[in-house]
Amino acid sequence: MLYFSNLKIFSVLAVIIITLLFAVPNFFGKDQLETFPNFFPKQQVNLGLDLQGGSHLLLEVDTEEIIKERVENLNADVRRVLKKNNLNYSNFKVSNESLKFIVEGFNSEIQKEISELSMSNSQNILAMGDQTNLIITQEENTVQINFTEEFIKQSVSNAVAQSLEIVRRRIDELGTREPSIQRQGSSRIIIQLPGIDDPDRIKSLLGQTAKLTFQLVDTSVNFDPFNPSKAPIGSEILASDADEEFKYIVKKRIMVGGENLVDAQPGFDPQTNEPIVSFRFDRIGATKFGRVTQQNVGKPFAIVLDNKVISAPVIREAILGGSGQISGGFDSEEANDLAILLRAGALPAPLIILEERSVGPDLGADSIEAGQFAAIIGFIAVIIFMIFVYRYFGLLADIALIINLFMVLGVLSLFQATLTLPGIAGIILTIGMAVDANVLIFERVKEEIRNGSNMMNAVENGYKRALSTILDANITTLIAAIILFFMASGPVRGFSITLAIGIFTSVFTAFTFTRLLISLNAKRLKPNFVGLSKNA
Amino acid sequence: MLNISGTQINFLKVRVITFILSAILIFLSIGAFFANGLNFGIDFKGGTLIEIETSQEIEISGLRDNLNTLELGDVQVQEFGSSKNLLIRLEQQLGGDQVQQDVVQIVKDSLGSYLSSDINFRRTEVVGPKVSGELIQSGAIAIFVAVFAMLVYIWFRFEWQFSLGAVLALVHDVILTIGVFCITQLEFNLPIIAAILTIVGYSMNDTVVVYDRVRENLRKYRSKEITDLLNLSINDTLSRTIVTSVTTLLALLSLFIFGGEVIKGFTFAMIWGVIVGTYSSIFVAAPLLKYLDVKREWNTTSAVDSTR
Repeated sequence: MLYFSNLKIFSVLAVIIITLLFAVPNFFGKDQLETFPNFFPKQQVNLGLDLQGGSHLLLEVDTEEIIKERVENLNADVRRVLKKNNLNYSNFKVSNESLKFIVEGFNSEIQKEISELSMSNSQNILAMGDQTNLIITQEENTVQINFTEEFIKQSVSNAVAQSLEIVRRRIDELGTREPSIQRQGSSRIIIQLPGIDDPDRIKSLLGQTAKLTFQLVDTSVNFDPFNPSKAPIGSEILASDADEEFKYIVKKRIMVGGENLVDAQPGFDPQTNEPIVSFRFDRIGATKFGRVTQQNVGKPFAIVLDNKVISAPVIREAILGGSGQISGGFDSEEANDLAILLRAGALPAPLIILEERSVGPDLGADSIEAGQFAAIIGFIAVIIFMIFVYRYFGLLADIALIINLFMVLGVLSLFQATLTLPGIAGIILTIGMAVDANVLIFERVKEEIRNGSNMMNAVENGYKRALSTILDANITTLIAAIILFFMASGPVRGFSITLAIGIFTSVFTAFTFTRLLISLNAKRLKPNFVGLSKNA
Repeated sequence: MLNISGTQINFLKVRVITFILSAILIFLSIGAFFANGLNFGIDFKGGTLIEIETSQEIEISGLRDNLNTLELGDVQVQEFGSSKNLLIRLEQQLGGDQVQQDVVQIVKDSLGSYLSSDINFRRTEVVGPKVSGELIQSGAIAIFVAVFAMLVYIWFRFEWQFSLGAVLALVHDVILTIGVFCITQLEFNLPIIAAILTIVGYSMNDTVVVYDRVRENLRKYRSKEITDLLNLSINDTLSRTIVTSVTTLLALLSLFIFGGEVIKGFTFAMIWGVIVGTYSSIFVAAPLLKYLDVKREWNTTSAVDSTR
């Protein structure tokens, strides 16, 4: 057992040296690393947001809103079909996920018509081969229409995927450093923004769906902006973006929408020097926009963003070029942000911020400093204590401990794992626990000596006997670390990572490195090396 | 030279006292849990936490009164490490997730206009009602899963008697750790769950070492009285138990003293857990085996198997 073949010695040292090499870049600045030869590893430990400063946001796509919109569209479709077929319906009820009404003469022909219309309006969502997206049940004259579960699921999933893409575009537009944007679960998005400790601007960018529409102002009724009367059918009352109290009455019909925009840029009005956003439509948008403006010269045209009227300028002449500008009393940052929103596109549903954790760079730096200092002090205390208890063997365990620490750092760098503040705590805990394997072995060795073994046999048997105990003891801690890894997120997950790595490296070093050291010194070993007096 | 080898302490003799002590502590913990409850941090009850650093010292009560005028419910302001570092906690606001976000802005604006000194916002955490509910659930599940996994592992590696004894000791440790948080009313947040899981791992680690020796001695001394055998096993491993606890505590104490305010609660839980875990493996887990009727006749083949 104590005999190490040259090949074994070589492989143990090779593993250790390679891992240590990966730890080295962490002690140099990025510029210095540039000057290193190419074969040299250059990856540094990834610092978590709690250490480098930054912002973590957890968003949820408002899926209810998506379903609501789907049901609303269905509502319009169904009414249209019923009207077309001259059917009188009553008790029309729209609930969260279904429509219900009483009608006479509802037959399979009409049912088919509704299904087909609904299908054709949801082409982009349906999976291949879907026959229908509706479940229509009829009991005498009461008809209930639901979407299939599959369709709802698909709608939500599509909306989340689309949201993810738009969130990514919006954040990229701001030029943030290395943002990470990931989908989590069925309807959530995690955003990590290193280096941003006050994400107000990003939050406000993400807080808008940015649905842009152009709608005609309803001029057919007398209307007091501060004391609006009820809107006639086909029109709606919307508030001004600048002043909540000031209302507009606009026609519901959307003449052109933001989906037809190809570009939007912030700029200044050459006459008034007021910040504006100029935009350009695609071909379809340009045609629609041209036609509307041509037919409605002299009438006010409302530019509506997220159900608020930005402005409602009077159309002076037909705008056929497909481009225009929005002015609405913005400052230049607002104009800039609006341009970003329009370029990135509208979100299919509002996003809700469920969780925010932002750490300033100072706190992160303080945490690193405090963590390093605590690690060094803890380290020194453990080293002294081990030598005090186990003398020469303690010294060997200490050397293994140092190697162990660097190995943890090396493995972290190698796998580009994220080091967090609890992660540093995990490393410090590892300092305390890493010696455990060696302690178990040394105690066994002592026992063997007390029972009359000579030094060589004692060491040999000590290792053999301690093996299963060490494995059992470490596997329990490893189980805890693994469960923690899967249950936790963010900083706490970093703790489970360093803890698990620490378990592997400490068992590895105890069984290879310390043993190697002992075997190389085997002939010179005397009982007092392990902290036993000769007469014990 | 420190030498705790070859001790012959009669641990089992005091088992009545330590069982009563443990029972009292568990009773106190459960009592405190129902009387005080846990002081949940925002991770679990939702709300907002803002840590600020100011250039001048701030009078806390004045700031608190100012924030109270915003009528945002319970507002806590406390010093955090130094008199220029303040921690502001707001309870969860009614009205869903979006409202929590609006509140942060209101408070930040209010702080800006009230405090004349420069403010550095060091940390802002907002946890909405949806997430906090999920976090508390997954935290509780994690602890249960961990304890259950230990039960299965020990059952697999030893016998059900050991498994039961070890898990009882674990539950003991978890209850006492939660209990100390109920009594001290220290903030109970996500990292504390991590600490409890680590304690579960650590305490198990300690117990396994003792049990391993019990099993070995059961094979070695077939006719030894179980009380003597348990005593012998605890004494055999006592030196290791103490050395490992001391090194772990040394590292944790250093972290507690120098590691900064943010992880103080976490480190406190760990220190407490290591002490309780060490105590329980000596005074709870091992003595319990006396009552659990451990198997004496290990046949030789399975013995070889399980030492591997």
